[in-house]
Amino acid sequence: MATTVHEPPQIEPRVPELGHSGNGGRNLLPGGGRLRGVRDFSPPPASTALWVGLAAITMTFVAFTSALIVRQGSATDWRHISLPGILYLNTAVLLASSLTLEVFRRSFLKRRGAINAKQGAVDLPRTSAGWLYATLLLGIAFVAGQYLAWLRLNAEGFYLATNPSSSFFYVLTAAHALHVLGGIGGLIYIIRRLSQGMLRPTALSVSTRYWHFVDILWLYLLWLLWAKL
Amino acid sequence: MHDMSTHALHHHAPPTGFIRKYIFSLDHKVIGKQYYGLGLVAVFTGMALSWLMRLHLGWTNLAIPGLHLLSSTGAPGNVMTPEYYLQLMTMHATIMVFFVLTVAPFAAFGNFFLPIQVGAEDMPFPHINMMSFWVTFVAFCVLISSFFLGDGPALSGWTGYAPLSAVGSVAGPGQGLGQVLWAASLAIFCVGQLLGSLNFIPTTLDLRAKGMSLARLPLNVWGWFITSCMALTAFAVLMPACILLILDHVAGTSFFVPSNLVINDQLQPHSGGSTLLWQHLFWFFGHPEVYIAIVPGMGIVSHVLIANMRRPLLSYKVIIGCMFSIAFLSYMVYGHHMFVSGMNPFSALVFSFPTLIITIPATIIVLIWIGSLYGSRLRINSASLFALGFISMFVAGGVSGFFLAQPSIDIVLHATYFVVGHFHLVMAVAAIFGIFAGTYFWFPKMFGRMMNETLGKIHFWLTFVGAYCIFMPFHYLGLAGNIRRYQAFSGYMEPLIPVHRFITVAALITGAAQFIFLYNLVHSRFWGKVAPENPWECTSLEWTVPSPPPFDNFGGRHPVVYHDPYQYGVQTESGADFIMQDSPETAKPA
Repeated sequence: MATTVHEPPQIEPRVPELGHSGNGGRNLLPGGGRLRGVRDFSPPPASTALWVGLAAITMTFVAFTSALIVRQGSATDWRHISLPGILYLNTAVLLASSLTLEVFRRSFLKRRGAINAKQGAVDLPRTSAGWLYATLLLGIAFVAGQYLAWLRLNAEGFYLATNPSSSFFYVLTAAHALHVLGGIGGLIYIIRRLSQGMLRPTALSVSTRYWHFVDILWLYLLWLLWAKL
Repeated sequence: MHDMSTHALHHHAPPTGFIRKYIFSLDHKVIGKQYYGLGLVAVFTGMALSWLMRLHLGWTNLAIPGLHLLSSTGAPGNVMTPEYYLQLMTMHATIMVFFVLTVAPFAAFGNFFLPIQVGAEDMPFPHINMMSFWVTFVAFCVLISSFFLGDGPALSGWTGYAPLSAVGSVAGPGQGLGQVLWAASLAIFCVGQLLGSLNFIPTTLDLRAKGMSLARLPLNVWGWFITSCMALTAFAVLMPACILLILDHVAGTSFFVPSNLVINDQLQPHSGGSTLLWQHLFWFFGHPEVYIAIVPGMGIVSHVLIANMRRPLLSYKVIIGCMFSIAFLSYMVYGHHMFVSGMNPFSALVFSFPTLIITIPATIIVLIWIGSLYGSRLRINSASLFALGFISMFVAGGVSGFFLAQPSIDIVLHATYFVVGHFHLVMAVAAIFGIFAGTYFWFPKMFGRMMNETLGKIHFWLTFVGAYCIFMPFHYLGLAGNIRRYQAFSGYMEPLIPVHRFITVAALITGAAQFIFLYNLVHSRFWGKVAPENPWECTSLEWTVPSPPPFDNFGGRHPVVYHDPYQYGVQTESGADFIMQDSPETAKPA
């Protein structure tokens, strides 16, 4: 936290480094020992952690996919369901939200310009934050639209246990929606930090990457549902 | 000013207050100790369950005093019912595999020592780290609660095969609520371990100190890193499997229950599910899981042996390459658990081949250990004894794997005690020996006191001999056709009962020896000899900080690393035979 009082290191003064955080910097001091040249760049841990998380989420949906494929092939009770039309509208909404988020991200980074990353907060005029709010609204609209799709399926008599295909519809869309809600949490965090003037590029790029992932994941799931269900 | 807000690492002030210091701590060291404590409670619970099982197996109608208190329906008159035996067996295995073998070598020691060994002052996401422990703790509570709720815990084994696990309470006691709690506990556990991986991997990749290249990481750090990569993919598959299982129970879906299933004269209201699907999903997780249990132990054993041999292993890079190969291959072998499941026999060949291949890197690692030990003057202490014991047990357990890897032999040996002997030797003994080696080695650093060496050696010899007495006869039993997961033996298995009784006695004695370890732990924690900073003269970074380390590990300084961690047997100015990783000193030319 920026306001934490922390004992400064007592050994040699640290050379401030541009770019990403100096923690893990590899500028090696000449020394008596055998210093091996290593790259002097270290990605921010949050970025690595996001890739870790995305790998895990991918594996989860791979497992669901293989369950779907095996289940479809294991018996003759698979009944095709027609996907509610609102799913396609939801898809457009989610794609639009990725677009608006990307617009925000680029305008934020452009305004920061050559400002050293370590300076942290950038005060943005309120208009560009509008793209962020648009993303949030579109994300919430997506989740609401998914719920409407569920209601539509209910109306046609397809519930969770009606049919294996409907089971997978609900399981896949619910699992995805939960992850979208997580992304919405990330967006709320970004909005809060922005309003406090403490938004860091790392946090923004991590949240953005997650949101785009959730979008691409939905495109994959939509294709899977369309092809298999 | 540039120091504070711009570091990727979240700096936090020293914790104040009892709750922040010891309960909801952000300090990776406290979290590591919490995990260790959880592992300790779990291992003694699991051991007690194994005693109950062994008593019943040796003497089927034995009235075990007090058992009716645990379950009046499961043990009327203190005599265990057959179903209750299966319930205890399921819980024994689930607790041991998840809450001991995944928690202790990986989460406990990894959380405590990974940041220090790479030169960081904490993990990058302390709040997520704290959550990972408490989520795991909740998972443990959910699992244990199944003992006391409904009609007891699940009885379908730690593998939870469908349709037994998916049809609900009609299948037997514990198969309703007990099974749902089992699946829920595992799903929660998966989340906890995923949160852990979110910290382990960025710490290893991004928070290394100056000069700490990947090639200078201690071998146990590589073990934890490789394990985290496996954990994040394997647990991410178990979680959806458990969710689908829960849905089969509570939502009437039919993911795993086939049509036309009649149980107890009742036609089950399910259709079309695939029981094989559960096996695929479970074992895709299950096989990497057993390597998650053993790879940290391999890393710890390597580290402990090197420090005690006073010389590096024959090849650092080959060991890392082998650990990576094991992790990579572990995803391709899972079908060897399913040779007799009715799959296409050709697929058995497809799985058998990588199963045999995976023995190669494992063997190379063992040969490197043995080759490095040859001609060395190994310092004998409790840690190095358990490290040697690990090698012995891993080889003993591993060779039976060669046989099981072949479908033709597995047809005979599947679901016999041969399999039980195999996995107990590699997991229950070798992996536990890795935990013991790590404990004796790192206890001084964690608590600032030395453990009692005499008690440690007694503990080792009793456990080593005892474990062989318990688990070697299992192979004989398996070859004689003794089927596993049976609670009593009749017919052709009756002559084997005396062997079971011998095993039971050995198990009781070996189990009792673990209380020596527990006493040693507790007594040394408070009254052990005060430990110096580097009692083992080990070169890695955790031995450059006080015992126990301060809350920010390095006391505000940022270590600079000049060497790999295996500068042993060198001549130095100071006369020591080793050079610490952060010392700019170089070895004098020979």
